[in-house]
Amino acid sequence: MSHPNKKRLRRSMMFLNCQKPGLIKDPYIYKPDSIMLDLEDAVAENQKDAARYSLYHALQEIDYRGVERVVRINGLDTPHWKEDIRVCVAGGADTIRIAKTECARDVHTVEEHVLAAEKEFGRPEGSTLLMAALESCKGVLHALEVCESSDRLIGIALSGGDYTKDLQTVITGTGVELQGARQQMIIAARAAGVQCWDTVFTNLDAMDVFEEEVKMIKMMGFDGKSLVNPRQIDIVHKIFTPSQKEIIFAEKVVREIEEKKAQGIGVFTVDGKMIDIAFYDGAKRTIALAKASGVYEGDL
Amino acid sequence: MEIRKAAMAGTLESSDAQVTVEPGQGRIDLNIESSVIHQFGRQIRATVLETLKRLEVSDAKVTVVDKGALDCTLKARVECAVYRSNEITENLPWGGVIR
Repeated sequence: MSHPNKKRLRRSMMFLNCQKPGLIKDPYIYKPDSIMLDLEDAVAENQKDAARYSLYHALQEIDYRGVERVVRINGLDTPHWKEDIRVCVAGGADTIRIAKTECARDVHTVEEHVLAAEKEFGRPEGSTLLMAALESCKGVLHALEVCESSDRLIGIALSGGDYTKDLQTVITGTGVELQGARQQMIIAARAAGVQCWDTVFTNLDAMDVFEEEVKMIKMMGFDGKSLVNPRQIDIVHKIFTPSQKEIIFAEKVVREIEEKKAQGIGVFTVDGKMIDIAFYDGAKRTIALAKASGVYEGDL
Repeated sequence: MEIRKAAMAGTLESSDAQVTVEPGQGRIDLNIESSVIHQFGRQIRATVLETLKRLEVSDAKVTVVDKGALDCTLKARVECAVYRSNEITENLPWGGVIR
């Protein structure tokens, strides 16, 4: 049976450097859906060990008040990832983010070590979820096999910095360099029934550009975005939470489709728009998202 | 555990603590410097000593420069310094003596 939290709401996934106690002690006050406690790039090479002790005690002793605790481990090409997995599982992390994932085999390798750690530390087998960061052209091209690689896998995230480096370009701010990867990844994620998150936006002086980017990735179908600053959270939540107008329309669509179906009518109009059964799943999804976001008070 | 050589963990940033361990003279010599020593000195001392006891360190000179660290940070820095002094970075006893 699938893990109950596999499809939970993940609009905002905020990175925090495990090397900095001041950052990891109370990020729940900003109310992100998930925090990503980083053992990888943000942690200096000679502080990888120190970050793990901080992570372990934070996972064990800090009440993150329902915020999902994801840990980004070091890549499989480093000497660090095995101990990273042990500390994540021992500490009780909800999810492990696999850096630099290139193929299904990478996920399987991590999964084997997670299972071993679950046995070693007496955690229920299958309780640790996985997500995969795609950071290279090869990884993006293998998106579908990564998405289908494991029952533990909640989804894939684009890591734009490394990906554009591999593509031999740079982050331009226009999004043109990320178009192909974004499109490929969201299609793969939906085909496999998992979630998909967009890359970070690091220019904190351009909040208007950030907002436009969040609107665009929402339209593309993404579930949310990796974030680097608490100021970005509210913008993402506002854009990813259905408006009252959208909720009311979705309710009407669901009710009308159910009613008309009973009457043997296949196509009809709601508020002047042509509606048929193809709209049903989308309307149900809007209501589910409204419920998960805590803004739905109806009875559907 | 034995303190084989001097080792340090942590920084002087806010909410952190810098912990140094050095080979001792047959006992624990603990020196604490903290801007909140009057309010929390006793608690800091107790946390550090408990952590050293769990790690079975009984012979060390320990210096703590506290910058308002939570208990969990203090423990993390003491453990890190002790394991660094033994050059151990893998197969750590998470949930055992590290808890």
